[in-house]
Amino acid sequence: MAAELGSTPANGPGLLAQIGAVGRRSITRTLRQRALLIFPMLFPLILFAINGSALNAATRIPGFPPVSYRAFVLAVPFMQGALFIAVTAGIDLARDIESGFFNRLALTPLRGAALLAGQLGGAFIVACLQSVVYLLVGLATGVGIASGVGGAFVLLALSIVIAFGFAGVGALIALRTGSGEAVQAIFPLLFVTLFLSSASLPRPLIAVHWFREVATYNPASYMIEGIRSLVITGWDGRALALGFGFGLALVIVSLGLASGAMRNRLVRT
Amino acid sequence: MKRFAYVARAVAWRSIHNTLVTPSVIVPSIVFPLFFLAAFAGGLSKISHVPHFDYRPGYTAFQFVFVFLQSAAFGGVFTGFAIARDFDSGFARRLLLSAPRRSGIIAGYAGGALARWFVTGSIVTIAALIAGMDVPGNASELVGLVGLGIMANVVAGLWGCGVAMFLRTEQAGALIQMPVFVVIFLAPIYVPLPLLTGWIHSIAKVNPATVVLEAGRGLLAASPVHVGLAFAVLAGAAVVMAAWARRGLASAERAG
Amino acid sequence: MTAAGPAIVVEQLVREYRKGPRAVDGIDLTVSPGEIYGFLGPNGAGKSTTVLMLTTLLPPTSGRASVGGYDIVRDGSHVRASIGAALQEAALDAILTGREHLLLQATLQGIPKATRARRAQELLERVGLTEAADRRVGGYSGGMKRRLDLALALVHSPRILFLDEPTTGLDLQSRTALWSEVARLAHDEGMTVFLTTQYLEEADALADRVGIIDHGKIVAEDTPAKLKAEIGNPTVEVVPADLSRAEEFAQALSAFGSPARGGRGSLTVQLPGGEAQLADVVRVLDAAGLHVASLHLHQPSLDDVFLAKTGRKLEGSAEDENEEPAAAAPARGRRRRGR
Repeated sequence: MAAELGSTPANGPGLLAQIGAVGRRSITRTLRQRALLIFPMLFPLILFAINGSALNAATRIPGFPPVSYRAFVLAVPFMQGALFIAVTAGIDLARDIESGFFNRLALTPLRGAALLAGQLGGAFIVACLQSVVYLLVGLATGVGIASGVGGAFVLLALSIVIAFGFAGVGALIALRTGSGEAVQAIFPLLFVTLFLSSASLPRPLIAVHWFREVATYNPASYMIEGIRSLVITGWDGRALALGFGFGLALVIVSLGLASGAMRNRLVRT
Repeated sequence: MKRFAYVARAVAWRSIHNTLVTPSVIVPSIVFPLFFLAAFAGGLSKISHVPHFDYRPGYTAFQFVFVFLQSAAFGGVFTGFAIARDFDSGFARRLLLSAPRRSGIIAGYAGGALARWFVTGSIVTIAALIAGMDVPGNASELVGLVGLGIMANVVAGLWGCGVAMFLRTEQAGALIQMPVFVVIFLAPIYVPLPLLTGWIHSIAKVNPATVVLEAGRGLLAASPVHVGLAFAVLAGAAVVMAAWARRGLASAERAG
Repeated sequence: MTAAGPAIVVEQLVREYRKGPRAVDGIDLTVSPGEIYGFLGPNGAGKSTTVLMLTTLLPPTSGRASVGGYDIVRDGSHVRASIGAALQEAALDAILTGREHLLLQATLQGIPKATRARRAQELLERVGLTEAADRRVGGYSGGMKRRLDLALALVHSPRILFLDEPTTGLDLQSRTALWSEVARLAHDEGMTVFLTTQYLEEADALADRVGIIDHGKIVAEDTPAKLKAEIGNPTVEVVPADLSRAEEFAQALSAFGSPARGGRGSLTVQLPGGEAQLADVVRVLDAAGLHVASLHLHQPSLDDVFLAKTGRKLEGSAEDENEEPAAAAPARGRRRRGR
């Protein structure tokens, strides 16, 4: 038996090994909770089916892009899915804190950065799965990807970046509050953020001035438009730059703040 | 009858009291309808420029009726959540043990839901008026609209009550909410029925919620349509849901 | 531990909260290697807060402590490498299996990949969870969860084990099984065990020495026997079979002390020579031809010790039930604040 008394190194295994261990747990948990996997994937698709058909009349508004409404609104499930990921990632972490499992991890040489990165492993898997499903559903319902096969891959990459950014938001709330209820309470706020954007109509066609202003300053608009451009326009450099820009900014800000919150949460001498 | 009344009154009082002392309960039920009103009436107002969109009072009024009735329905849904929570916490068992007329419990929850919705509905109405909503309908037509809301609230509340009593766990929330959500959203919420196309037009044509929504919009626009049918649909649904809730109560009683 | 010094040394340790009283108010204690130290006190006394500080999950406000020869503030990572801890909540992931928990813990503790599976299996066998090893923990009973909790604390073969109320909520059989394992760890493997409990019989049964804490201060500390002896001698309560012969009983028992009469015709007398005198009591009564309906030996308990030191009984003297959990909460529920 290799483990002699007190032979554990104080620093423990390397960072990658730690991320791997925590990540494996996160992925295992995600895959074993099928309800948490399926419902968040299904709900945006239901809305996509309903809105894609119910708002088809919007294509007759003068100035609307010459595409079906379904193609126009395909970007929205990717964003809605990201909101669900924010909540489930946050609730997972909050549950660990509430149950005391966090303390158990804190007693090991596990580093805070590894814990955060590993915990988001499950979120990453869900983001990948969701994005592929939404894309396939879009294609199956007759939506063409104007930017082609390459664009489809860029679309997946952008949606995963955005989902990861929102997962960071969920993790941040969980780490700051230690409460699953607080994480759930942010869902309506994120939902509102999504609606007050160009999710339903192009920004120039939003007639109400205040709404258009809010949508113009709302980063969600640019993330949606980035994804949307790949579907209905083709290769729009500006839209992609803004989409990726805001997506990466969300990742950096949310994960940066979450790292700080993790340092405070993982109180160890 | 007397015992039914005071059980209902006691349960309704508790429901209203808990809402008043826990703002986090009523705030979402007010904020969400306001938000939908702003998002749909504000963000989608250009829809009124679609050819053959001929709702005279305008898009704000068009969306107001949807939000008004939807808030009524979801007010009933939230009651189902509250009942499910009471089962999870064990309080529902206390009610079942102490109420001499247990059907009064259902009535009490329904009463509480209605009282909460009156607050929500009033606030949504005021918000729409501030946003410049045009109201051609006369007093009796507006009363008719409120009547539709009351019945929608009761129907959804009885549905939620039944599900909550059958399942007796907070996890019943999704099952309470989803069918109501799907029924509402498969109605002409964004555009009038004639402007819907494809599969959703086919479904909306036979969806009972469409009749109710169109009746409400007609009442607000002073050109009533399908009003009798709408009330009949809601009355029928209320009878069915009352039986459903009663069966749920019986299931809860059997479980002890 | 670098030399054969004490396993745990605590000097004037204090933990204070903003706007609150001191949860731990200047405690001193020393635990020798291989000793089972029982930390006994009611809810809210400061037991869990002490454990959180000694396991480096909560910084002390002032004072010093070393665990395994390492300072808890300066050498936190070395302390954590030397200790295992099973805290107040079992803190398990309901979705993972028992084996998965152990493998995760082994990985994080840096146990080489080649030996992880073997170590997990060994621990599962040791705590009697081999059959349930590949079932999700959500389906485990309370006793099984506690056993897994203990196994997780032992993954990296620590020298010092902290157990925070390990048997709370367990049935008698599970509790006894856990006691046996803890005793074996200390006596056979030389592990130092710091055990907090609110159960008198647990401290009595397990601990080599007991520290009694109340309102953040240690009010008494010694072996259970010495603490009880400090309070007084055992008493014997005799109920005569024939109540009309009570006077004869009183005369026979007067050889040991002044018998006191109690309810239902019983007579109680203190045994100055300790429980060993019980045999003498029986011989005296037998020699006098006196038959007893019942005979009970009452030992002073740690509850009597607590009562003598604090004026309150330990059992049923739980403070504000939220006090200790609130004090423990900062380790997981709060962000770092200024001292």
